[in-house]
Amino acid sequence: MKRSEKAIGSVANYVDERTGAAKWLKKNLTKVFPDHWSFMLGEICLYSFIILLLSGTFLTFWFDPSQRDVVYNGAYSPLSGVSMSSAYASTLHISFDVRGGLLMRQIHHWAALIFMAAIVAHLFRVFFTGAFRKPREFNWIIGIGLLTFGIVEGFLGYSLPDDLLSGTGIRIAEAIIQALPVVGSYLAFFAFGGPFPGTAFIPRIFIVHVLILPGLFLALITIHLMLVWYQKHTQFPGPGRTEKNVVGYPLMPVYMAKAGGFFFIVFSVTAFLGAVASINPIWLYGPYTPGQISAGSQPDWYMGWLDGLVRMAPPLETHAFGHTISWNILLPGLILPGILFTGMALYPFIESWVTGDKREHHLLDRPRNAPNRTALGAMSIAFMIISLVNGGNDIIATHFHLTINGIMWFTRIGLFIVPPIVFIITKRICLSLQRADRDLVLHGKETGRLVMLPSGEMVEVHEQLTDAQKWTLTQHQQPDALPAPLPESATRGLKGKLRKRMNQAHAIQIPAPTLSELKELDHH
Amino acid sequence: MSSIERFQNPGLPEHVHRKADTDPKAAKRAEQQVAILFLLSALGTVGTIAAYIYIRSDLYVYIPILGSTNVQQMSLGIGLTVATLCIGLGAIQWAKKLMPDTEVIQERHELRSEDQDRADFVETFKERGGEAGIARRPLIKRTLGIALGVVGLSPLVLLRDLGPMPKKYFETTNWTAGTRLVLDPGGAYIKPSDLEVGAVAQVLPELPKGTERTLENVGKDAVLLIRLRPEDFNLDAERLSWTYNGIIAFSKICTHMGCAVALYEQQTHHLLCPCHQSTFDVTRAAKVVFGPAARPLPQLAISVDAGGYLVAKQGFTVPVGPSYWERNSSNG
Ligand code: FES
Repeated sequence: MKRSEKAIGSVANYVDERTGAAKWLKKNLTKVFPDHWSFMLGEICLYSFIILLLSGTFLTFWFDPSQRDVVYNGAYSPLSGVSMSSAYASTLHISFDVRGGLLMRQIHHWAALIFMAAIVAHLFRVFFTGAFRKPREFNWIIGIGLLTFGIVEGFLGYSLPDDLLSGTGIRIAEAIIQALPVVGSYLAFFAFGGPFPGTAFIPRIFIVHVLILPGLFLALITIHLMLVWYQKHTQFPGPGRTEKNVVGYPLMPVYMAKAGGFFFIVFSVTAFLGAVASINPIWLYGPYTPGQISAGSQPDWYMGWLDGLVRMAPPLETHAFGHTISWNILLPGLILPGILFTGMALYPFIESWVTGDKREHHLLDRPRNAPNRTALGAMSIAFMIISLVNGGNDIIATHFHLTINGIMWFTRIGLFIVPPIVFIITKRICLSLQRADRDLVLHGKETGRLVMLPSGEMVEVHEQLTDAQKWTLTQHQQPDALPAPLPESATRGLKGKLRKRMNQAHAIQIPAPTLSELKELDHH
Repeated sequence: MSSIERFQNPGLPEHVHRKADTDPKAAKRAEQQVAILFLLSALGTVGTIAAYIYIRSDLYVYIPILGSTNVQQMSLGIGLTVATLCIGLGAIQWAKKLMPDTEVIQERHELRSEDQDRADFVETFKERGGEAGIARRPLIKRTLGIALGVVGLSPLVLLRDLGPMPKKYFETTNWTAGTRLVLDPGGAYIKPSDLEVGAVAQVLPELPKGTERTLENVGKDAVLLIRLRPEDFNLDAERLSWTYNGIIAFSKICTHMGCAVALYEQQTHHLLCPCHQSTFDVTRAAKVVFGPAARPLPQLAISVDAGGYLVAKQGFTVPVGPSYWERNSSNG
């Protein structure tokens, strides 16, 4: 035995005698993870979160979360002598006087945008492949929680510098709180320590931004990953893969090297963006004052769709009995997002109620094989994009020489019409893709080669798929309608009828080809 | 049904060897590539440190597309990029070319516990629960319920001092009868002749001597003055009497969500809020003509005092800014 091996051995012995870790590690170092590019989306979330922790910690060393008035006299001369909050002044200090400070600010902001984008992309991957099905419903809900807190965290983050743009965002947040029926004005006063803007809000959201929410993220991410570990990762269907196994590469060394390497690549992407792509140049906006505003105020993209909904809301308020209810704020700002997020969180349960499917699933669906789900997802994306378009209506209007009025009416109507159309089209596309799969399995690939039959007729040569390909295209379980007639109790009432309708829609599929059919065809 | 034959799972495909698995030369090449990447990374770190020490912090260059860029910040970022990218690429190259690439199969086990374990658990739970006797002692059960139910109240109560009560705060501003208008910024008094037709000015109420203007004040007191030709107005007699020589004054705080309504379009006499594009028609007492705002901007009645300076005739007759539950909106 070499010296170094001996040394490692004695350390390992020391630790194991006190923890018994060897037994657990022995099993888990060889744990298998399936490989697919889309499984990296979740990794990007994790890595950008780590980057956020690192760069954010750096920023806290100089950032002063205080709304105390100071007079600026730092390196950025255009604002010399201007009175501003200490939060804004210290952000300027980080950007102009701390070496690498601007870089870290920009890395932090870019990492936040990537974090949110990766969460959304990961969510879509999980949704479209049905990875949320039993037994992974808890992880789906945790994911929705992370998405929601991520939006809040991002909003608080860009509110902290207390520049004219972010102050306007806080002003809007205050108006939303103030609009809550009955308790609104009290809550607003409690949150801001008195009237807006006050001096309490930035210190308070600072602690939420750097301690409470990151702590929550850490806890939720840990549970999320432990569940992935314990339940084992899902895999795409293919030769050799079944519901009862997991096929891939072992944690050590392949997966460790790949995942570890990938962390550094994500880091390098944010570092590169931070180096060359200016983001949120707060010195251009000036300090916040409620009497001013910068034209073209835009929130970050993950808030943009909410902003778009707010912009297109009808000017509705109820004035009665000496009270005011602002539907123009509550509807797009709280009620609609509330319904959407609740619906999203409950989706796994809704789907299993509709299909009656209570089995465990570890093989992922190819999106075409779940046409309703895929169509629903596409429909939600359409909804988000339309709201997002209206969130940037001023910018789009100036760029494309349209009127804001036109865009607003287009999105107001489009919000109701486009998503259903997208649903129908997507479902059709899914079914035609199923049909194409079926043809492919039964008739093989077109080769483009022509041969002449003895009769003189020209036909194209078709090449049979391999066994592996045939299996991949036909392995999926096709849903049956719930036993028809459904038990009387299940179809009674509105709920039952709804379930029956949705269940029947769900069962519409192009039958997957079978070996018998192929043999039958070969006979002819 | 049973006669239908489905396709069979053909099992994992045969492993195909990579070049580096069979050809020692290829393996050597891969090894060298990885090593070069790791060395490049170290160079990147050296570059980063050099940039930190040797590049002046106030050096800017103009780069097309990027604009004026701080050289040091950018060099630090590029150095960091190289340092991390090369570690990442090296590790992945290593894994792909040199580490085993045979796919491994592991079994899954059903997550559900064995029936026996479940039954045992239920039994244990019941037995232990029985030892505590919570079912047999309803008094304890109920009082415990009360205690746990209210214990969370104290932290809630302790949060009460987060802020004061709003009282009448949302209904009041610093505008009263006779308050002089002062320019913001600057603080100068204004004569009607200072404003040309078509001009806009942001004003604030003059505060009593010794009172400092806070951001909270500005957030409620900010007012826009706009001068039109008197014949452009389309107002009822009362509102017309609130204007002076074609000068009309509105609260600058948007009735939607409180942004500053800052954009005035001379051609159409429209005021536009950049936040959600609520648009107010100045000639019709800031009636909402577009966007989500549900109420007009409150109008401030103005006139001139003995010195010829613009003053408020009275305070605002309705609360300014966004809505809230206690707001009585029956007269606007
Ligand atoms: S705050 Fe003015 S339109 Fe929303």
